Amino acid sequence: MTDVIKIKKGLDISLKGGAFPEVQSASYTENYALCPTDFHGLIPRVLVKEGEQVLAGTPLVADKNKPEILFVSPLSGVVSAVKRGEKRRLLAIEIRADQKNAALSYPVRNPLDMDGVKVKEALLEAGLWPYIKRRPYDVIANPRVEPKAIFISAYDTAPLAPDYAFILKGQGHDFQTGLNALTKLTKGKVHLSIPAGSGSGELKNAQNVEIHRFEGPHPAGNVGVQINRIDPVNKGETVWTVNALDVLFIGRFFNKGRVDFSRLVALTGPEVYEPRYYRCVAGIQLSALLKGNVHKEIPLRYISGNALTGTRVEMNDYLGAYDSQVTVLHEGTDVHEFAGWVMPRLNMFSMSKTYFTGLVQKICPRKQFDADTRILGGERALIMSGEYEKVFPMDILPEKLVRACITRDLEKMEELGIYEVAPEDFALCEYVCTSKVEVQRQVRAALDLLKAENGEE
Amino acid sequence: MKALRKLLDKIKPAFEKGGKLSMFHSVFDGFETFLFVPNRTSQSGTHIHDSIDSKRAMFVVVIALIPALLFGMFNVGYQHYLAIGQAAGFFQTFFWGALAVLPYIVVSYVVGLGIEFTIAQFRGEEIHEGFLVTGMLIPLIIPINTPLWMVALATAFAVIFVKEIFGGTGYNIFNVALMARAFLFFAYPSKMSGDSVWVSLKDYFGFGQEQATIDVYTGATPLGQAAIAGGDNLVLTGITGEPLSWWDTFLGLIPGSIGETSVLAILLGGILLIYTGIASWKIILSVFAGGAFMAILLNIFAVNPYMEMPFWEHWCLGGFAFGAFFMATDPVTASRTEKGKWIYGFLIGLLAILYRVLNPAYPEGMMLAILFMNIFAKLIDYLVVQNNIKKRLKRARIAQ
Repeated sequence: MTDVIKIKKGLDISLKGGAFPEVQSASYTENYALCPTDFHGLIPRVLVKEGEQVLAGTPLVADKNKPEILFVSPLSGVVSAVKRGEKRRLLAIEIRADQKNAALSYPVRNPLDMDGVKVKEALLEAGLWPYIKRRPYDVIANPRVEPKAIFISAYDTAPLAPDYAFILKGQGHDFQTGLNALTKLTKGKVHLSIPAGSGSGELKNAQNVEIHRFEGPHPAGNVGVQINRIDPVNKGETVWTVNALDVLFIGRFFNKGRVDFSRLVALTGPEVYEPRYYRCVAGIQLSALLKGNVHKEIPLRYISGNALTGTRVEMNDYLGAYDSQVTVLHEGTDVHEFAGWVMPRLNMFSMSKTYFTGLVQKICPRKQFDADTRILGGERALIMSGEYEKVFPMDILPEKLVRACITRDLEKMEELGIYEVAPEDFALCEYVCTSKVEVQRQVRAALDLLKAENGEE
Repeated sequence: MKALRKLLDKIKPAFEKGGKLSMFHSVFDGFETFLFVPNRTSQSGTHIHDSIDSKRAMFVVVIALIPALLFGMFNVGYQHYLAIGQAAGFFQTFFWGALAVLPYIVVSYVVGLGIEFTIAQFRGEEIHEGFLVTGMLIPLIIPINTPLWMVALATAFAVIFVKEIFGGTGYNIFNVALMARAFLFFAYPSKMSGDSVWVSLKDYFGFGQEQATIDVYTGATPLGQAAIAGGDNLVLTGITGEPLSWWDTFLGLIPGSIGETSVLAILLGGILLIYTGIASWKIILSVFAGGAFMAILLNIFAVNPYMEMPFWEHWCLGGFAFGAFFMATDPVTASRTEKGKWIYGFLIGLLAILYRVLNPAYPEGMMLAILFMNIFAKLIDYLVVQNNIKKRLKRARIAQ
């Protein structure tokens, strides 16, 4: 085991509404969906028709550019709708689930006995490939290119993030099988990053991978930061990343001989009555988790994911493919705060010492803060300097890179390290920005442009 | 507050596009956001945002300027009564000074904000807060005898040609307040330096007839005296001819620009700036270090008493401290990389002392040093960025 890697820069945003470590089943719903919009940059081709019977694992959608990448139904039922939006953009394939939970069956195999090509084929066929992402570009991995290494972050430091050790508890076998499968996909190493003080046996005792221990505030749990510290991505190189919780899907597939997309989802946020973990299946309609469990009298924002990087959804939308967290915040449109810029705002979190968050936290270290979705200021040109640097623990000049992204200066972006980053790595920069610049949107647009310019699919 | 909110909601439609008063949209918006935090919610990216915004940041700087402002007001009165040889109590002194200084603040804000509001409306933008600070800085860095119309002219010049022409707050290359001063300095040199501009002798708060001074009166600032002093001994004096100690220059009851004389008052505000992180402590520290470095260098090669002046005396004279805390740290015009800030600040301190001591044409070097380094901040940043790029290239080569 290697030394602890200490991350100094960053920010832990303390909010109300962390999930209690107790598990409940989500209330029954027959509404599930696969949303191609969850996979950035995907051009989908629909493989099923409305009314068709499907099993768990039946392909619903294929990638138009790489047809071997399949997206499958999370459980068995009937395709109830193929929902399209503006310009016929495919939004969701809705499934009305039956209670049979029947699945396509595959042989039970041990990935360690298989060769890499077979493992890859198995994952593509089972619809598990989309859970493998790649840097650069932060999109689904290209199965035709071998990565120099695979990185797995086994914890999440984002606000109110679920506790991975809690979710993985008792699933060590599936987790290990998943890791074993991943080791077959690269000649390089598979890096597993775990929190320094973790007592979780599932994480500590993982085999066949290189374990790194990280310590420090958010974004220490971001895989991008971990890659930057362990083995940074250079121009022309590719690495793959997998979320530790998605490794379970891969492991279960090999162990059980069928897909099993069960997830524990943390329902969090200041507006949730009882924040806790819910047992459910990927693609579930969120109302099954939310109904009766959120404050009603104020406008709310539902987020699939965390408050920094999650996707805005409505109650009748579906859980995001990569998400194990749902956050509910107060949509602050009804708040008219008088002269907020002179007020002490003791109940609101700020990194800036112009407010008193630091002092409040010194007096009561367990203080949790309120938050709503207001931008809390006007958008300006970048004025303050050194802000991004305080929360960006990579060997990259964040402000300069963001400026290059805004001006779409491709050459500068490359030079400044765009290949190493994903929009999520800039979430804290966006949070602390005095000038309220939409940093993540800019970085995403820059990555898309770069991907197109480089002729990558 | 609810009544106020209701009132705003009631009159708001008139200012929207197509409304009767839509030509004042930016002004209305400016006041509305000043009174109530906008309830606009995030539409992309992070769903939550830090409480800080540019209003808060500017507000902190204005608060940090208040000790220097209040002290400046007192000092204007103090120097006045000292010069005409009248005794005056604390409050009388302060109020005389306050009323003499107030017109400058009013003129600077009215002219500057007037132009900002107009341009914001013309561009269809929100009103930016940058001038809240600039408008306070301009009165603090000019002599008390500057005619008001000059202040108005300089403010207009600076806002239009130094800031708005480049795109507004956040895009300017030069420090706006300092350019206003530089404009005055080069356009009206007789009103910005010399012996007669630093102490107001007029009878009514800076207006009216000049009053007779006491016999030993000399109106030159310590730096002015040092610049023209020849001979072997340099004794800096106050306006009554009494020699000044280092302590006197630290406290600041000496002639000089309105807000720059008291290092103590500047330090009070400076501590707030450093604590809140609004100003970069790296820049402040390195300005003082650069000044000390140059002063020591001059000490070593000293051929006259001015060159022998120790660095702690230099720190307390003229606009050095004010420039270090409030001007050099302007984030828009300073170096924006963390490493660059060290170099940027150090060179400002170094150049300020160099100009000051070796070029008698400019008794005060701070203004020119900062403006000069404003240009070079971009070059320093460029070098720091290139360094980062080179490191990445090297890593890529090793990987291959």
